[in-house]
Amino acid sequence: MQAVRFIKQAARPAAKVLRPVAVSRAFSSSAATFTRSPVLEFSEEEELFKETVAKFAQEVVLPKSRAMDEAEQMDPEVVQGLFDTGLMGIETPEEYGGAGASFTSAIIAVEELAKVDASTAVLNDVHSTLVNTLVRTYGSDAIKEKYLPKLATKCVGSFCLSESSSGSDAFALKTRAEDKGDHWLINGSKMWITNAGEAEVFLIFANVDPSKGYKGITCFIADKDMGVQIAKKEKKLGIRASSTCVLSFDDLQIPKENVLGEVGTGYKIAINCLNEGRIGIASQMIGIAQGAFDRATDYAFKDRKQFGKYIGEFQGMQFQIAQAAIQIEAARLMVYNTARMKEAGQPFVTQAAMCKYYASEVANQVAGKAVEWMGGVGFTREEPLEKFMRDAKIGQIYEGTSNIQLQTIAKDIMKSKS
Amino acid sequence: MSSKLRIMVPVKRAIDFAVKPRVNSAKTGVETAGVKFSINPFDDIAVEEAVKIKEAKKGAVESIHVVSAGSSKAQEVLRQSLAKGCDTSTLIDVGDASVEPLTVAKMLAKLAEEDKSNLIILGKQAIDDDSNHTGQMLAGLLNWPQVTAASKVDINESTGEVTVEHEVDGGFETVSASLPMIITTDLRLNTPRYATLPNIMKAKKKPLKTVKPADLGVDIAGRLETVSVSEPPPRPAGIKVNSVDELIAKLKERGAL
Repeated sequence: MQAVRFIKQAARPAAKVLRPVAVSRAFSSSAATFTRSPVLEFSEEEELFKETVAKFAQEVVLPKSRAMDEAEQMDPEVVQGLFDTGLMGIETPEEYGGAGASFTSAIIAVEELAKVDASTAVLNDVHSTLVNTLVRTYGSDAIKEKYLPKLATKCVGSFCLSESSSGSDAFALKTRAEDKGDHWLINGSKMWITNAGEAEVFLIFANVDPSKGYKGITCFIADKDMGVQIAKKEKKLGIRASSTCVLSFDDLQIPKENVLGEVGTGYKIAINCLNEGRIGIASQMIGIAQGAFDRATDYAFKDRKQFGKYIGEFQGMQFQIAQAAIQIEAARLMVYNTARMKEAGQPFVTQAAMCKYYASEVANQVAGKAVEWMGGVGFTREEPLEKFMRDAKIGQIYEGTSNIQLQTIAKDIMKSKS
Repeated sequence: MSSKLRIMVPVKRAIDFAVKPRVNSAKTGVETAGVKFSINPFDDIAVEEAVKIKEAKKGAVESIHVVSAGSSKAQEVLRQSLAKGCDTSTLIDVGDASVEPLTVAKMLAKLAEEDKSNLIILGKQAIDDDSNHTGQMLAGLLNWPQVTAASKVDINESTGEVTVEHEVDGGFETVSASLPMIITTDLRLNTPRYATLPNIMKAKKKPLKTVKPADLGVDIAGRLETVSVSEPPPRPAGIKVNSVDELIAKLKERGAL
């Protein structure tokens, strides 16, 4: 125990941005009260839940994954299965029909789903870490009562922020909301809206007073039948089963009370939940990396022989495989450490940017290598490897591009020097 | 039937079915360090059957009591079973000791008496030691009727008569008996459900009692001694023949024809 403590203390990070997991779990002087646990140690219910999601992914999602990708469409059975298994209301309190589980549970779900199908994972991620979180955190009691139970049991949610001229510069958005006394009137359009094809609940960011700039941005909650129109569905390189749509709002009437948080605080709300959402996307990326790695290493060590031995027995292969394993482990540690920081109520913005940046790099590198390890077979659509590789690319683009993540990290470093 | 069903489901935490077991270096058993453990698959089927009976026979089942003898780690399989629909649970904490089927059966018999169980459903065997003893020994100790390797269970809750189909060489046999009774499960009985997330969280609030073997008046000291555990001998490589004639000649040479 003494030796372990010494090593751990010596390895304690010096940089300001890498804080220990939780102050309350500080090192103690006696072995008997040594309570700090490894970052990847989950609670009993988290472990059980991880098993449930893994089983659901293998038995329900995997058999549909290729067909959903080819059809560029989610299978309704998969979406229904997500609801039935409780994956669409992970953090939603029990009184609203959810499980009342931890944020880490939501992250676990995304990783386990992404090991099998990244489109299913992002549907779940956007629904859990953006839509549910916003409604839970900022909704009035009436909104929570109306929307949380149906988001947990039957309605997919969608988060509508980006527009054709406002992507990274999100708060330059042009969609307008006019106060009409007893209702809001929304006009404008949105682009790159994940889940829009399946969604029945939409969180729409619109400006109530463009003269106030970003301080006019407000978050509204709308039902599809209020008149949300899908103008176009994008055809994409990866996560093809996940719907990404252009939406148009043409005199969309929203009840006066359907505002999340205060009027004019939409930008704050969006920033907060996007920071959290990055941890979810990072988790999706480690899932992709692990899924590709697992299949390709099975192939290398159990299936494919050349020159009289398994290709995994060649040192050139072994070293590449070992490198990939290190990258995945490092990314996973970052992801779950950031999730625990968020749960502990600590600042995690920089860490979220770091883990999202790094995990998406790792997913792209590992999935790319995994295709190579499997050679011609990896390049065909018989195997899921080419899909993992295509699905990984979006990780460097959505919920803040890699450049935006780097900028966030650099800003934090600059602040510490000023 | 005068009283309601009180079902007991004994479960075991065993090495996961997907793990390839390896003999430990001391040759005393299989390697358990760093190996994934899960609920014994036959026991999972027993849990599912009990929950299905409870769901199908509304009001006829008073409680499902899931029990495991093992270390504190066996709590995982108890929680999982509670999440799938069992009502109460008991851990018989035997520490890291390996307990023999007869010992387990004695402890279960005592618990069944205390709990006034009238139906015990358990796996026909655990996939770690494949003993296939506990259910039968338990039936002997309690002097209850038993049906092993059930593939279909039908309970008439008003008469207390239970009809069970079980697999025998060459087909199925249907037998019936009256409660109280013991049923051991086979693979084809049902397909276990997932523990959904809301139910996993709710299971945290369900009772999990811990008892010691001494509380049940059972001495867990073993009666059997494991002399040695070894891997099956590796299969020798086969040979290739070029023609049917050569095949016949080789078979004759080995006395197979």
